[in-house]
Amino acid sequence: MTVRSFRTLLLLPVFGLLSGCNMVVMNPSGDIALRQRDLIVASTALMLLIIIPVIVATLYFAWRYRQANTEATYDPDWHHSTHLEVMIWSAPLVIVIALGALTWISTHTLDPYRPLSRIDASRPLPEGVKPLVVEVVALDWKWLFFYPDQGIATVNEIAAPVDVPITFKITAATVMNSFFIPALAGQIYAMPGMETKLHAVINKAGMYEGQSANYSGSGFSRMNFRFVGLDKAGFDAWVAKAKAANKPLSRDAYLELERPSEREPVRFYSSVEPGLYGQILNMCAVPGKMCMHEMMAIDAKGGAGKDSHANRARLEYDNRYAERGDEGNAATVGGSGRESHSPEQPQGMKPKSNAPEVKPRGAPETTGHDHSGHGDHGAPADGPKGSDPVAPGQLNK
Amino acid sequence: MAAHSTAALTAEDFQGPGDTPVFLDAEGQHHPENGTMLGFWLYLMSDCLIFAALFAVYAVLGRNYAAGPSPKDLFDLKLVALNTSMLLFSSITYGFAMLAMEKDDQDRMQLWLAITGLFGLCFIGLELYEFHHLIHEGATPQRSGFLSAFFTLVGTHGLHVSLGLVWLVVLMVQAHMRGLGDANKRRLLCLSMFWHFLDVVWIGVFTFVYLMGVL
Amino acid sequence: MFSNPDLQKLLFGRLTLDAVPLHEPILLVTFAMVALGGLVVLGGLTYFRLWGPLWRDWFTSVDHKKIGIMYIVLALVMLLRGFADALMMRAQQAMAFGDVEGYLPPHHYDQIFTAHGVIMIFFVAMPLVTGLMNFVVPLQIGARDVAFPFLNNFSFWMTVAGAVTVMASLFVGEFARTGWLAYPPLSGPAMSPGVGVDYYIWALQIAGIGTLLSGINLIATIVKMRAPGMTMMKMPIFTWTALCTNILIVAAFPILTAVLAMLSLDRYVGTHFFSNDLGGNPMMYVNLIWIWGHPEVYILILPAFGVFSEITATFSRKRLFGYASMVYATVVITILSYLVWLHHFFTMGSGASVNSFFGITTMIISIPTGAKIFNWLFTMYKGRIDFDVPMLWTVGFMVTFTVGGMTGVLLAVPPADFVLHNSLFLIAHFHNVIIGGVLFGMLAGITYWFPKAFGYKLDPFWGKTSFWFWLVGFWVAFAPLYVLGLMGVTRRVQHFDDPSLQIWFVIAAFGAFLILLGIASFAVTLVVSFLKREQLRDVTGDPWNGRTLEWATSSPPPDYNFAFTPVVHDHDAWWDMKKRGYVRPVSGFQKIHMPRSTAAGLILGVLSIVFSFAMIWYIWWLAALSFLALTVVTIGHTFNYARDFYIPADEVVRTENARTALLAERV
Repeated sequence: MTVRSFRTLLLLPVFGLLSGCNMVVMNPSGDIALRQRDLIVASTALMLLIIIPVIVATLYFAWRYRQANTEATYDPDWHHSTHLEVMIWSAPLVIVIALGALTWISTHTLDPYRPLSRIDASRPLPEGVKPLVVEVVALDWKWLFFYPDQGIATVNEIAAPVDVPITFKITAATVMNSFFIPALAGQIYAMPGMETKLHAVINKAGMYEGQSANYSGSGFSRMNFRFVGLDKAGFDAWVAKAKAANKPLSRDAYLELERPSEREPVRFYSSVEPGLYGQILNMCAVPGKMCMHEMMAIDAKGGAGKDSHANRARLEYDNRYAERGDEGNAATVGGSGRESHSPEQPQGMKPKSNAPEVKPRGAPETTGHDHSGHGDHGAPADGPKGSDPVAPGQLNK
Repeated sequence: MAAHSTAALTAEDFQGPGDTPVFLDAEGQHHPENGTMLGFWLYLMSDCLIFAALFAVYAVLGRNYAAGPSPKDLFDLKLVALNTSMLLFSSITYGFAMLAMEKDDQDRMQLWLAITGLFGLCFIGLELYEFHHLIHEGATPQRSGFLSAFFTLVGTHGLHVSLGLVWLVVLMVQAHMRGLGDANKRRLLCLSMFWHFLDVVWIGVFTFVYLMGVL
Repeated sequence: MFSNPDLQKLLFGRLTLDAVPLHEPILLVTFAMVALGGLVVLGGLTYFRLWGPLWRDWFTSVDHKKIGIMYIVLALVMLLRGFADALMMRAQQAMAFGDVEGYLPPHHYDQIFTAHGVIMIFFVAMPLVTGLMNFVVPLQIGARDVAFPFLNNFSFWMTVAGAVTVMASLFVGEFARTGWLAYPPLSGPAMSPGVGVDYYIWALQIAGIGTLLSGINLIATIVKMRAPGMTMMKMPIFTWTALCTNILIVAAFPILTAVLAMLSLDRYVGTHFFSNDLGGNPMMYVNLIWIWGHPEVYILILPAFGVFSEITATFSRKRLFGYASMVYATVVITILSYLVWLHHFFTMGSGASVNSFFGITTMIISIPTGAKIFNWLFTMYKGRIDFDVPMLWTVGFMVTFTVGGMTGVLLAVPPADFVLHNSLFLIAHFHNVIIGGVLFGMLAGITYWFPKAFGYKLDPFWGKTSFWFWLVGFWVAFAPLYVLGLMGVTRRVQHFDDPSLQIWFVIAAFGAFLILLGIASFAVTLVVSFLKREQLRDVTGDPWNGRTLEWATSSPPPDYNFAFTPVVHDHDAWWDMKKRGYVRPVSGFQKIHMPRSTAAGLILGVLSIVFSFAMIWYIWWLAALSFLALTVVTIGHTFNYARDFYIPADEVVRTENARTALLAERV
């Protein structure tokens, strides 16, 4: 008894820690994430039905049949029992059948591509509710959100009215990321040239964390954004605030924004050049490029024949960083222009706030990597320079 | 070596006096079977998986022309049919070489091997000509996903055939130097399996890439 | 270096002095220590005149036992590197909160987590598994060597060449910053210019060739070289798991070779397999690499299951419960492991039916795995369990692995995976099964078969110390990661904003420190046991009262393993022999046919290192030259027909008589 209570005492700080931390996956604020939480709990409970007896039996047998215990039966040739064999194969089988059924049903009901059918456990979706559409673009290393119905765009912050279904259409500009707001719903990959979808709803007003859950290069760790759940009035005010920013997002502004940078401040764009999201998705935001859907239409008709050399340059997309002289997301020595294991930060990264300023390297570039024209990339031309904590001059000597 | 490759012995093959079990092979009757053929067969299966991956990739990328040329624009079936016949003939001539080897007829075997080599060289030559022609027309491996997959699948096969040719020459030299002993026969049989395997793969390439691409 | 840049480019490719990180203190110190350690080892070898024996008896040896031991030595050395990476990551994540950036900037941190994954899987877990199989399997099936002894030596040196290539990236250039599977487009030429990914590709390609060939070798060995009477259903369980693992190797590694070759073409030639533009498809890479990657997990865990089966039966002093169902379970796992790859990327947006199919197949694997756990459980039941160190590992495994299996099945439920994918929960899960399963299994196996390899047991006190540090360290290090995963914290992050997370990372770092003590204790075990080897000596060849054939011969076994090939009547062949009055023969020995040592494998390995280094740095003349040399040496080797020799009968007599004398002395 005393041993046990002592053990409980030892465990207390652990419980304290657990209660002190915010287990957002276990305590989410959106219906989809809530149902995913319930699924985790149900599956775990199902499996514990077999896991706990196994662990207990392991420890008990280990103790009971220890060498020193000569009282226990010893039967060195006992090695088969049909009853037991049936039991040990069928017990996990039963659990897996139950879990498999649960999986099949829940995977279909919680399919991110499936439009919502309810607002939360007690409220079905009223007829004729129009979902809020948000088009998401993962950039290096910030998030760009388009609100096509409101005509605005934002960087690193999304808002949504509470209890209104949201339809996310998700893509990326250069490499794979994963769009993940743990409090709202599970994640889905953001991939260039492709569109994934996520349907979700937020049930509680508040500020939530969002992040990229898939590693995407140098600035990945700071690729966070804010998700704000607001009441109807609050959301309207938020949209109005964006409109009041009086800053349009043109193609050119986008192409500047697209260049690698991290820890970007929240930005609002009052209007968006029509079709910009589609151009990004189709990898033709750069003027003169052929869009993916045009290419696919040509390919479906059997290609463009032998005399189509000009199309190649119009379709090249991955090389635009190199053409602009931007550094690849995961460049290493021989391609980064930095020395091996250099303390110098990759392009787009903000220097450590508390670190001494990095001295410029006097020596001429050895790799022929062109760094000219980078002077202002830390703060895109249309960025709110005042709110940017880093002076551009510190970057890219 | 070959003399030992009889069926595996079982515990019943070892008789002791009376009922006492026999635990040791005291007379040294047991000789492990030679595993070379099995090992080489396993290698071929693993190679087959490399081709399977390349075929799968071709299946995924085969229609991604990137607004460029398609198989219909590029492939010359007559040339490929000629090329295919070269490889098929080379398989037959390799078969004749093996028959000669079974009869320990070194000279005849060398002759058939040389003919096989010539057919193989023709195959590689025609393939290189085709590649050169395609590249000259601007249909390079860098042009589109389809062409990347095409050049890699066909090129990997071509590399295998080239490797087979080098191997063939080495074995001809070795058979000449050391006669048709067990070791050399085993090697020639391995190359035989390799050569026929490449033939089978090529039939897949011919059907899947060329015929289905053009027709 | 040169005034003429063209000449420099011609001679050195993209290799410049900038590639050597002379300004980086951590690396300089590491390099100094490696160099110093190397010099001490080299000096010691010279001083004790060990070069000759090392070359003759080890490097050029085709003896499967020597090669197995060399694999394990390689794995333990690489474990130190991989674990150093782990400690650096834990330290960084324990400190980098809010304004504190930690000591590793992102582009270093990224290389470290990539290198950690690559090294731990390819150059620690794989050589441990291959080494153990190499050492044990021929002994267990009563064979004198593997089917292709030279190939075995060559495979080993290719694995070493891969390891050397990875290590070279530490001191010349940088390693990949892409994560251990190098997903394109991030690992493509546009986003990862430079040598990092090329180091990754060549290291894996070279080591992969070695692994594939050793897989073929061991299958042929098991299929063709079993002792008379050993039918498939009389094979020891470890041999069964080894067979299945090698089948998986042969069926999975070609896919890795193909996919890495295509990534190289994208990077070197500019093709469009995995690019975003011009018809490439990055998702295809993810599919292909996991078609290799998932079987890879089972390649690692199956032999560990085999080890535990042997140990449980031996130390419970009882026949293994449910031998047949254990075999079927192994086979079922082997087959199913090919039908689950997509569970690694449910979040890529496949349809619900596809996702649930792969989720359910994944769960089905837990049925045979569960059956295995029950079989071990009922082997212990009504046994007389001797809690020697290998058995401790086994019980530790059964408890730890069960939890890891449960979290694995949880991750197989697609909607649950949507919130747990790429989170620290996932990290905790796979460390739970890889440390708790593979690593515990390999350490148990090393402890179990060490007396067979060297003739003396490992010191039990330090062995137990190591076990407890590992077990407790594992839980302290990874339980916090489970919690963090549930807090929505994702992987590969170098810095956090939320200070409330810090305490968990500090606990995890402390756990990693405990594991460090576990590793140190293991090293102490080796040293102490060597010093106390006379006390720990076992002359019987059967220190644990074993059940399978490897315990029938002396420790260490003679070069030819068995003077007479054993005849097998039962799957516990040696137990059967002991029980039915087997008497060791003392006369009638004959000459024995054996394979001859060769240096060709080592030479090819060295040339492969040169070739890969030249390719990585674009030194084309050297690449062409080393490729030519590789071809010439390979062809030259085929002209060597003198591959075997006979150990004369009187030498066999001498060896066996010495053992007879030793055994008599003991009685």
